[in-house]
Amino acid sequence: MSNLPYILEERPDTGLNNSKLGIWIFLASEVMLFGGLFSAYVFLRIAAPEGDFDYWGSKLNIPMATFNTLVLITSSVTMVMSWASLKMQQFDKYKMYLGITILCGLAFLVVKYFEYTGKFHHGIYPSSSTFMGIYFTMTGLHVLHILGGLLVLGFFWTSQADKMWEEDQDLLANRIEITGLYWHFVDLVWIFLFPILYLL
Amino acid sequence: MDIPLPDIVSALETIMSTNKENRNDHIEDIQHHIKVYMNVFIALAFLTMVTVAVSYLEVSFIEAFFIAITVATIKGSLVLGYFMHLITERQTIIWILVITFIAFLILLFIPLISLTDQVNTW
Repeated sequence: MSNLPYILEERPDTGLNNSKLGIWIFLASEVMLFGGLFSAYVFLRIAAPEGDFDYWGSKLNIPMATFNTLVLITSSVTMVMSWASLKMQQFDKYKMYLGITILCGLAFLVVKYFEYTGKFHHGIYPSSSTFMGIYFTMTGLHVLHILGGLLVLGFFWTSQADKMWEEDQDLLANRIEITGLYWHFVDLVWIFLFPILYLL
Repeated sequence: MDIPLPDIVSALETIMSTNKENRNDHIEDIQHHIKVYMNVFIALAFLTMVTVAVSYLEVSFIEAFFIAITVATIKGSLVLGYFMHLITERQTIIWILVITFIAFLILLFIPLISLTDQVNTW
């Protein structure tokens, strides 16, 4: 049970509880973090010699990235399903959907590992070209976000969640909703990274 | 023999049955949401295949860019609107995002100022 005020109940001045307001402000700062890199990508591309980005971009593996896109979309829907299961008082289903979400996150990382090592095997590193520099920076930062998300999701899959469910069901549902907002944001970033790095 | 129930007990029964009805309504709401989530999932998967298929077509960079960004924006809007519940969210959050988007646009285009610098070195 949380003793902090306005974790579940709405504040009269903002019309929101602090958990939700907090995560959205954090996500706004994340938009600016990734936004800076998207801006860097645009100006590096404008300044690059003609055909340079096309040449290096063609070295990326589109089928692997497409598979990863579908994996992340699946993880987003299972994430929202885990929250919906809690709202319907189905704790077992919550655990199942959250477990699938974690597996999808791990699958994304495994595919990314093979992508990265494939590049290294062919002697392609971030220092190889401007495109590879921005590619590894953007996807690397995204991978760090997946790792962070998996840590939180993993925590809510342990027996700690069982204890929270017994103590305060609404509090757990609220925490899963907030965690879900972060996870969907990570999916959202990939939705834009995928076309600009792999397809254009 | 009928034992008259105290008023408070009958009042409690009324509240409990109302709560039960509310919960049933609530569960029906969630079940409706789940159907929407599944439709959004199908739409996202379909749009992913569309954007990949288009990338294999012989089109100019401008056309490819326009299509890819449009599809990504539609997909992003679906995630924001339905998975992140933005369509039913409070105005406070909408305004935070509007301000963030304006700040992002400024961040994106501010380097353009260097194109019009007096030294004209670019």
